[in-house]
Amino acid sequence: MDVLLQQVINGLVLGSMYALVALGYTMVYGIINLINFAHGEVLMIGALCSWSLINILQPAFPNLPGWVILIMAMVLASLAAASLNFAIEKIAYRPLRNAPKLAPLITAIGMSIFLQTIAMIIWKPNYKPFPTLLPTTPIPIGEAVITPTQLMILGLTAVALAVLSWLVNATRLGRAMRATAENPRMASLMGVKPDMVISATFIIGAVLATLAGVMWASNYGTVHHAMGFLPGLKAFTAAVFGGIGNLGGAVVGGLLLGLIESIGSGYLGELTGGVMGSQYSDIFAFLVLILVLTLRPSGLMGERVADRA
Amino acid sequence: MPNTSSLFGNRWLLAGVLLLLPFVLQPFGNAWVRIADMSLLYVLLALGLNIVVGYAGLLDLGYVAFFAVGAYLFGLLASPHLTDAFPWIATMFPNGLHLSLWMVLPMAAGVAALFGIVLGAPTLKLRGDYLAIVTIGFGEIIRVFLNNLDQPVNITNGPKGIGPIDSVSVFGHPLSKRLELGFIELPSVTLYYYLFLLLVVVSVVVCHRLENSRIGRAWMAIREDEIAAKAMGLNTRNLKLMAFGMGATFGGISGAMFAAFQGFVSPESFSLMESVMIVAMVVLGGLGHLPGVILGAVLLAALPEALRYVAGPLQEMTGGRLDAAILRQLLISVAMVGVMLWRPSGLWPKPEHGKRLQSVEGHDA
Amino acid sequence: MLSHHVLQVAGVSKRFGGLQALSDVHLTIERGQVYGLIGPNGAGKTTFFNVITGLYPADSGNFVLADHPYQPKDVHLVAKAGIARTFQNIRLFAEMTALENVMVARHVRTHSGLLGAIFRTKSFTQEEKEITERAHALLEYVGIEAFANVKARTLSYGDQRRLEIARALATDPQLLALDEPAAGMNATEKVQLRALIDKIRHDQRTVLLIEHDVKLVMGLCDRVTVLDEGQVIAEGTPAHVQRDARVMQAYLGTAQV
Repeated sequence: MDVLLQQVINGLVLGSMYALVALGYTMVYGIINLINFAHGEVLMIGALCSWSLINILQPAFPNLPGWVILIMAMVLASLAAASLNFAIEKIAYRPLRNAPKLAPLITAIGMSIFLQTIAMIIWKPNYKPFPTLLPTTPIPIGEAVITPTQLMILGLTAVALAVLSWLVNATRLGRAMRATAENPRMASLMGVKPDMVISATFIIGAVLATLAGVMWASNYGTVHHAMGFLPGLKAFTAAVFGGIGNLGGAVVGGLLLGLIESIGSGYLGELTGGVMGSQYSDIFAFLVLILVLTLRPSGLMGERVADRA
Repeated sequence: MPNTSSLFGNRWLLAGVLLLLPFVLQPFGNAWVRIADMSLLYVLLALGLNIVVGYAGLLDLGYVAFFAVGAYLFGLLASPHLTDAFPWIATMFPNGLHLSLWMVLPMAAGVAALFGIVLGAPTLKLRGDYLAIVTIGFGEIIRVFLNNLDQPVNITNGPKGIGPIDSVSVFGHPLSKRLELGFIELPSVTLYYYLFLLLVVVSVVVCHRLENSRIGRAWMAIREDEIAAKAMGLNTRNLKLMAFGMGATFGGISGAMFAAFQGFVSPESFSLMESVMIVAMVVLGGLGHLPGVILGAVLLAALPEALRYVAGPLQEMTGGRLDAAILRQLLISVAMVGVMLWRPSGLWPKPEHGKRLQSVEGHDA
Repeated sequence: MLSHHVLQVAGVSKRFGGLQALSDVHLTIERGQVYGLIGPNGAGKTTFFNVITGLYPADSGNFVLADHPYQPKDVHLVAKAGIARTFQNIRLFAEMTALENVMVARHVRTHSGLLGAIFRTKSFTQEEKEITERAHALLEYVGIEAFANVKARTLSYGDQRRLEIARALATDPQLLALDEPAAGMNATEKVQLRALIDKIRHDQRTVLLIEHDVKLVMGLCDRVTVLDEGQVIAEGTPAHVQRDARVMQAYLGTAQV
């Protein structure tokens, strides 16, 4: 039983990070019907930028507490990632908005690889340790433990979601985004500039992904150029799982996927009599994706979209 | 009906160039012939993927799975691995498992086709982008299994890979040994070159015939508009499975040849990057157009290899950050983005028929 | 032995959530007729059309196509059974040539597979010849033989519509079902369309037509069924239907009729 509680905690932490990245996918898809394959790489760039920043900030401000440095790095890295994402959308995706389906897909894949390669060149391919800026003593919860880093992840995610929720529901920008997602033509007739809304979506997505990236790096202790690929793919699965285009769905999907992965890989060894261990945990996300797309393509919270003849 | 081979102009000239190529390259070193050999294997892969993506319009980003299936199949059936790992197999085959080329090729094709159908089946109702992601998932699942099926039963030998793998033998002569023909001596890489060239030529003929057939047209109709295709009576489910299966056979054959050529296979040769590269070859070359696909394959396979020789100085300049592999990835990714932005139909797309623009003689009011 | 009735429909109903899209719809189309289905917007014409072309099943009712019970489980079985349709927003195979568009529609009446294609067997070559000849003949029939080798997307709108009809005819249908064929056409194009449909009727083909252009329907059709709010409110010759009080009321507000 104690193992289960621990897996649940781990799953929620993992799921929070998936949720943040899934939001980026789902927002972009909701507005321009594009799966931004390169989104996982934004997580990576955000994490690597923050790593570099911390390595500059720490010696520059030796008296500041670790968490302050972390927050500073997060903010600055988000700025960098947001600018990058804005530029990517403007240069590579915008011209292809009306192109046949294959073109933006190929471009997005190409962009994903390009970002990974550039990261490899700038930061070199080796795995780098991420500085520990938070206290490491685990806090007991019942028979399980939670680390301060994990607590921070949960807390930060909650804050980010609250801010996003406010943004989407209570601001003009948020209204513009919702309108464009529902009916782009109508929205533009009402004076909403689609380019601006889309750029905003990419910027917000980048900030969320950077948060997730920094937290991922803090939690697992390393950064490297390929760290965004699998989380990106899984976060996309989470977005589809929850219902692509649906913000709440992205969060629910992310949390659920995190739980499934954590609990599943924990018990997989037992279930298969030792044949399959946790090294197969990566497959869970793909299996979930295939099942969802086969059985309920609109996801948990998505609307049933009827086939237009 | 358009005859794409007429674009090659003088067929005999082309044949001559292809047949003499090894002799032109050899003086520069066997490594160059090796590059040609690998390029031919990639051409096979691109031709196979072209059936799935180019003809039927199904964006498969996990195509490397079939390459892996063919490679591991041959690896398992023509190396000491199975006899070493399983004593009961050793007793069944006291001389070891050594399958001949003529047995391997159909087996690789058949098993790959089976995988193609099995992996294609769940994707039948998915639209473009979802299909792509699911196929990525399948490619990754295969790779994870290859990496981990060394326990509890050692089937794939995990990350250590399988080797040494026999080379293929043609008419009793193993291609790993050089061939002496009087005054000419053909090294192993050249022998493989001719085998692969033969396979490529046969494949091109097969693809061309498929393209201009009832099935080929049906595939293209699905690519263009699946709803209209169904309305015209096409069983899109079966046709898509056929495309997956047929496309996969090329991957399987290429994989088997790769295993024989390298003498060794391991999971790292079958990554997502490979699948993406094969897609890039087809799309950048010219989707659905055989000469374009071949061009794309040769460019993306040979160019980065050739760049190895340029990469040396670059590597020094950037303090070891830019090596051949990284340069190749950079080029491919930039090419993917660039071509989509500036020349989306590829470097060598199917020529538009110019007739129309002249023959409108006041036909419509 | 060709049946006299091509399509007999009785008691067809379809409900979508809270909306009864079709109630007890019935009609009978005889061979060689051009049969019109009209009604104001939202009357259920498209729903009916989608039901008989296999897009979704009716809740109740039965269909008889050329004396055989007709209940397609899937869209691709519709053409095989004998109904070929065109689309309101023309759906051609854009990157394929006009000839190839028509050739591919012969798929359901031919059978060569992978092996035939790869090995160029005799039956394959024979079939290809037949397909090509038939396709050329159909292009000629609708009047666009000159554009056989150009990509479908480069054709003019009127020619694309013809191509779509030629493509549908290539499946050797019992019933040619046209979904708003005159949509988006100018007056000249409509005249040409009418001539083509007349020609098709003259050659003993049977046509079902949904149309908004009432004038076109009245001039062209042998018989007409009028739907309103999912129900049949009139049925008969155009002249008869035109004078029906219920029909006039349904169309109240439009200048037609």
